[in-house]
Amino acid sequence: MIVAERKKLEQITESIKDFKSLLVLGCGTCVSVCMAGGEKEVALLASELRMKNKLDGKDVNIGEATIERQCDKEFIQPIIEKAKSYDAVLSMACGAGVQLAAEVLEPQRVLPALNTRFIGVALGEGAWTEKCRACGNCILGEYGGICPMTVCAKSLVNGPCGGSKNGKCEASQEKDCCWVLIYNRLKKQDRLDAMKRVSPYKDYGAQQHPGKVVSEFNQKATAEAKHG
Amino acid sequence: MANSKLKEALDSGKFVVTAEAGPLKGTSVTELEEIAHTLKGKVNALNVTDQQSSVMRLGSLAVCHLLIDWGIEPIFQMTCRDRNRIALQSDLLSAEVLGIKNCLALTGDLPSLGDHVQARPVYDLDSVSLLGVIKRLNEGFDMMGNELKGKTTLFPGAVVSPGADTEAAFEMQIMKMEKKIQNGAQFFQTQAVFEPAVFEKFMKRVAQFKVPVLVGVIPLKSAGMARFMNKNVAGVSVPDPLIEQITKAKDKTAAGIEICGNLIKELKGMCQGVHIMAIGWEKKVPDIMAVAGLS
Repeated sequence: MIVAERKKLEQITESIKDFKSLLVLGCGTCVSVCMAGGEKEVALLASELRMKNKLDGKDVNIGEATIERQCDKEFIQPIIEKAKSYDAVLSMACGAGVQLAAEVLEPQRVLPALNTRFIGVALGEGAWTEKCRACGNCILGEYGGICPMTVCAKSLVNGPCGGSKNGKCEASQEKDCCWVLIYNRLKKQDRLDAMKRVSPYKDYGAQQHPGKVVSEFNQKATAEAKHG
Repeated sequence: MANSKLKEALDSGKFVVTAEAGPLKGTSVTELEEIAHTLKGKVNALNVTDQQSSVMRLGSLAVCHLLIDWGIEPIFQMTCRDRNRIALQSDLLSAEVLGIKNCLALTGDLPSLGDHVQARPVYDLDSVSLLGVIKRLNEGFDMMGNELKGKTTLFPGAVVSPGADTEAAFEMQIMKMEKKIQNGAQFFQTQAVFEPAVFEKFMKRVAQFKVPVLVGVIPLKSAGMARFMNKNVAGVSVPDPLIEQITKAKDKTAAGIEICGNLIKELKGMCQGVHIMAIGWEKKVPDIMAVAGLS
């Protein structure tokens, strides 16, 4: 899932200081699971903002709403009217959700309350780690199911750099060296020989931004619509 | 164009000595010129580091060119940290036309270790693939197979860490070394060695590859430096007796030179050369060589 974390309260209050009314808009999908922008976090941020305004002697109307997904127009449409009754929307979605909300609600101001961090997995309660950088050219099969593009701080594909120490990464002694993980996994699979192969040059061709995926179904539907 | 003199020395079977100099932050090259003057005719070649420790400095390419003017053969260190594959290949072509004969392919430290922590790390290629690129350029083609008008004649080298601390790390060092050889590495310089037994074990494993190995050494300047390296530098382990020796020494400089020279004496029978990383003591390299019996 997409993992995000909330911006600092001071950053948020600075970005919304000119508005007299504000809708805090949550998202019920990834950011809800990673406890950054779901219904609970919307309620928490809204009350923090109300308290801050009270202390500062400011009269701002703070509203709350959470929709199932901000990355899908059909879920944003039902709240257009409500959103437009506020000066601005403070979106607690990932960067994709903020952008789609801004597009659907144009010309209304939609501001981000989160920093979108990565595609990752839960490590335990309240902790997540990055696992995929959406490179568009999955090579996991060759590395025992551990992604060197993501888990190696240098995205090396031919083995560890000289900075690996005590099985930890040059970036931080808190992080495992990706290559030690790969070595141990392949050893358990009795596939260490797979590491001896010189990898082909990394292909960044699929990383042209912005990425776009159009399904066959969509292509067919578009063609049919065109030709009546 | 003339061949790499480093290659000629290694081919002749002579014990080779290389040292290392780091460009400064800024445009001053006085210190580098003095180092070149001191080491000219004494070492076979001098590495020029590439933004060492991710600290922004004067470039390796320009300094390598200056070294040629000053009469010392450079080894152009090239990391994959700051340039994508287009810039790397272009700089290799530039190295050729500037008369540079040797290139050492490295991954490069993370920017987060240096003085521009917000920099974007590149690593479009890694050290293994960079070696493959040099091989192709030497054959007259870029990495996409496009023909070059004028090829390179670079002598490619790489690095390896003999003192990897775990079985996994050691085995992977060997595997990566093999990949580097497969991709054209013709000599290796190693991470600093302080324990001859560790290096002996490593050399027993890699002798079969028949690629020259220049053992890396660092002169100890203080016990603090030794402890710092033990704690922070991957693959480096300074044994306690050496730390004790430098602690007890009245003249630390003399002791540092002595320890390093004696270490080279112990190591030189096991490999084809030595790479002296003097880290600020570049002008003392001839003294270290004298102790080692290499002058």
